[in-house]
Amino acid sequence: MVTRKNAVSSALLLVVTFCFLAGIYLTLQAQFLAVVQVAVYAGAIMVLVLFVIMLLNLKEERFSLTGNWKTLLGVLGVGAICAQVIAIILLSKDKIPQTISPKAAVQGTVESVGMMLYQTYAFPFEMASLVLITAAVGAIVLAKKKLQ
Amino acid sequence: MTSLANYLIISAILFSIGAAGVLFRRNAIIIFMCIELMLNAVNLTLIAFSQFLGEQSGQVLVFFVMTVAAAEAAVGLAIVIAIYRNKETVHIDDLNLLKG
Repeated sequence: MVTRKNAVSSALLLVVTFCFLAGIYLTLQAQFLAVVQVAVYAGAIMVLVLFVIMLLNLKEERFSLTGNWKTLLGVLGVGAICAQVIAIILLSKDKIPQTISPKAAVQGTVESVGMMLYQTYAFPFEMASLVLITAAVGAIVLAKKKLQ
Repeated sequence: MTSLANYLIISAILFSIGAAGVLFRRNAIIIFMCIELMLNAVNLTLIAFSQFLGEQSGQVLVFFVMTVAAAEAAVGLAIVIAIYRNKETVHIDDLNLLKG
C-alpha cells in the first residue's frame, strides 16, 4: 500500500487491509468491532477518500523509495523502532496474559459493548456525537466554494 | 490458540508501515491513509489487550477512536480539497507557504 505510485490502488489495498484487520478482530472474538471496522473504515471512510482522489484528478506522484540517502535513513529508523518494539514484546512475553480471557466471547457482543457505552460511558458517547456533528459542519464549510 | 504477543507484533508492524508511509510519501491523501493505518494498529492493540485481560473498556475506547478517525478524515479531506482549489496540487513539497 505504501509503495504504490497510483493513489487509487493505494486506497484499494488499504480497504483490503481493513477487511483483514476485521478478520483479526473476529479471531479475538470482538464481533461488534469487526462489523464496525468493515462498515465504518472499509465502507464509509475509504469511500470518502476514493471520492476525493477521483475529484482531484491527480497525476502520478513523484517519489522514489530507492537511491536517496534520506529515504535510506528513514527506512533504517522505522525498521529500528519496529525491531525495538518487537524485541520488547518478545522479552516481556512471560509477563503478559497467555490465553484469551474466558469473558472475551461475552464482552465482544453488541449487547455488552452497548451496555457499557450507554451506562459507564454515556457522557463520552454524547461528546462523540458532538465531535461528529462539528466535523460534518466543518467539512462542509471548508469544502464550500466561497465563504460569505 | 494465538498468543497476545503475536497480535502485538502484527500491530507493531502495521504501525511501522503507517509511519514509514507518512515519512516517505509526498501525496497528502496517501499520508492521510497512512495515518488511518496507524490508528488501526493502535485499535488492534487495544482490542487484543481488552480480550486477553477481560476488561471491556478497551473496546469502548476503540469505538471512540473510530469516531475521531471518521471526523478527522472528513475535516482533513475537506482541507485537502480547499488546498487543491487554491494551489492545484496536493504534493506536500509544493505547499511551503509557511517557509516565508
